[in-house]
Amino acid sequence: MFGGGAAMLPILKAEIVDKRRYATADELVDLYSISQCTPGIIAVNIATFIGHKLRGISGAVVATLGVITPAIFIIIAVASILSQFMDNRYVIYAFSGIRLAVVALIINVVIDLARNNIKHWGKTLVFVGTFIFLLFVKISPALLVIIMGTGAVALGELQRRYFK
Amino acid sequence: MTHLLLFIEFFKIGLFAIGGGLVTIPFLFNLTEKYDWFSRLELTNMIAIAESTPGPIGVNMATYAGFNTEGIIGALIATFALVLPSFIIIVIISRLMDKYSCNIRVKDFLSGVRPAVIALILWAGVPLAQISLTSELNILIFAAILAAMRLWKKSPIFYIILSAITGIVLKL
Repeated sequence: MFGGGAAMLPILKAEIVDKRRYATADELVDLYSISQCTPGIIAVNIATFIGHKLRGISGAVVATLGVITPAIFIIIAVASILSQFMDNRYVIYAFSGIRLAVVALIINVVIDLARNNIKHWGKTLVFVGTFIFLLFVKISPALLVIIMGTGAVALGELQRRYFK
Repeated sequence: MTHLLLFIEFFKIGLFAIGGGLVTIPFLFNLTEKYDWFSRLELTNMIAIAESTPGPIGVNMATYAGFNTEGIIGALIATFALVLPSFIIIVIISRLMDKYSCNIRVKDFLSGVRPAVIALILWAGVPLAQISLTSELNILIFAAILAAMRLWKKSPIFYIILSAITGIVLKL
């Protein structure tokens, strides 16, 4: 399954809703939105949810393993094969080209994410401010996530308490 | 010792990389600064391979990064550590309530995190651009690929193959 996350939704619907009837289409949409609301990889989260719904903990374990196992095998195979050709001239040329696509891919994703999520001037400010801050201050991404999230919760509480 | 560190670091990524696969990039970039597990150059290659193989990108990245660090054991540790936090959280959520909906504070937390996470991805892109866009020709190709991506929404693997061929033909 390519692309992960949102790319998985139609495949999930075909397999889980239409074929196996493990969940209804509405439940799947619910699960999808909850999965975006929990940390972690969205595709894995959905699998864990559905596994747990059907068979409890053991179902959750099996479903989660089911999603990650093919990826583990494929990546280990690709990585071991590639590592043997990494000093081949043509592989080096290919990867020099690929790296340009990767940078373009990152910029492309940032543009898409910004368009979909940063619609408010306050969020634009947070985005630009965080980026400039990151360029000058060394901070772990995890710590940054905690600070920004907690800040937003505190701000929301203040708003609800005093500006309503 | 590396095994334990690998577990802790990827558990952290699983817990804090909110928003899916590509959000793991800045976290992995942070690892290149903290440890000598893999280089920035290797990270860039990993992103390309994770994007062009089946499976969730975040899982692919973790498996690859773990494999690069400590072989097959490393791949297993990194992947399991990555999915463990959300696994625990989801099992708890499923048990606590039948119909879990996003709590208002959880919503606030996530909406505060989102612009920061996008800034993080862009921030991780800067050094990757520095090591990749090393000549005028490279910058030109990069700009062409990005323009193509904006114009035609093809899957990433299309652009990765195209750029690989460009790299071989032009001997980049």
